[in-house]
Amino acid sequence: MSTLDVNPAGHQGDEEELDHDTLHITVGGYVTGFVLAVILTAIPFWLVMAKVFANPNVTIRIILGFAIVQIYVHMVFFLHMTSKAEGGWTWMSLIFTLVLVVITLSGSLWVMYHLQTNMTLPSPEQLRNIP
Amino acid sequence: MPDTTATLATGAAGGGEALRFYDSGGHHPEQPTILGFWLYLMSDCLVFACLFASYGVLGRNYATGPSGAEIFVLPLVAVNTALLLLSSITYGFAVIAMNRRRQGATLLWLAATGLLGLGFIGIELHEFSNLIHEGNGPQRSAFLSSFFTLVGTHGLHVTFGIIWLVTLMAQVVKRGLIAANRRRLMCLSMFWHFLDVIWIGVFTFVYLMGALQ
Repeated sequence: MSTLDVNPAGHQGDEEELDHDTLHITVGGYVTGFVLAVILTAIPFWLVMAKVFANPNVTIRIILGFAIVQIYVHMVFFLHMTSKAEGGWTWMSLIFTLVLVVITLSGSLWVMYHLQTNMTLPSPEQLRNIP
Repeated sequence: MPDTTATLATGAAGGGEALRFYDSGGHHPEQPTILGFWLYLMSDCLVFACLFASYGVLGRNYATGPSGAEIFVLPLVAVNTALLLLSSITYGFAVIAMNRRRQGATLLWLAATGLLGLGFIGIELHEFSNLIHEGNGPQRSAFLSSFFTLVGTHGLHVTFGIIWLVTLMAQVVKRGLIAANRRRLMCLSMFWHFLDVIWIGVFTFVYLMGALQ
């Protein structure tokens, strides 16, 4: 159940419209989500600010992992996302959006990285060595 | 719509018969507003994806200007993140108070959320004005242009969220927790939590990774 859930019974009462969908929201759910979010935020900040790992690439991988987990936590505990909400339409649109986001981000970075590598003007030494 | 039939009395045959429509209903979503608002949030997500992509591409082009590691003040970012996280849970408590039809408590939690949001905007504006005063404004380098665009767009969203929040508080004071106001508060709840999700990307991708370079 979720805030975004459709109620298949189809009741008409305007005054009680949202009740079925919002009653499951509990203090416990929000507190659980909040505690998890605080932990998942504090660890990346600590890793970077205390310079725990000498190799920044290790730190980058770990904090990216934490970000993905925290986004999931927010989706579940704060946005009350489930695969059944609104008859699955919110879920479908979320997956569609994620596909587009992945294509936009990875595609831009990939293409522009290669463009920069291949299109940068050669240095004078390189120019002299051209046969 | 297979169940929808319209019986139309033809002119000559049934002159006295009234026009009748049969509609079983049930194929419309119960809360079209919530689904529609979710679709808006998804399109907003794509806007941010484009801004993140442009930051990812331009974020290392310093044009002899400063790098992220030189200008980011991480303790300030940590305070900002804490404010936004706290405002998420206070909004959650506002929704719970709303479900229990406690108008006073709802307004109190909403006010707390608004104040935390104002604190966030205040710190962000302080950070921006410091950067601009030091000559590190958006025109300094491609890195700073994309930084100001991405973080500024998020800040603008929070600003409009606060304006929306104040408007809804006035509505609740005037009309009480009627169904329409509860629906509006649920939409703003989604908007507010969505901005928190975007901020996770900002502090990880921009601030923490920028400070590591």
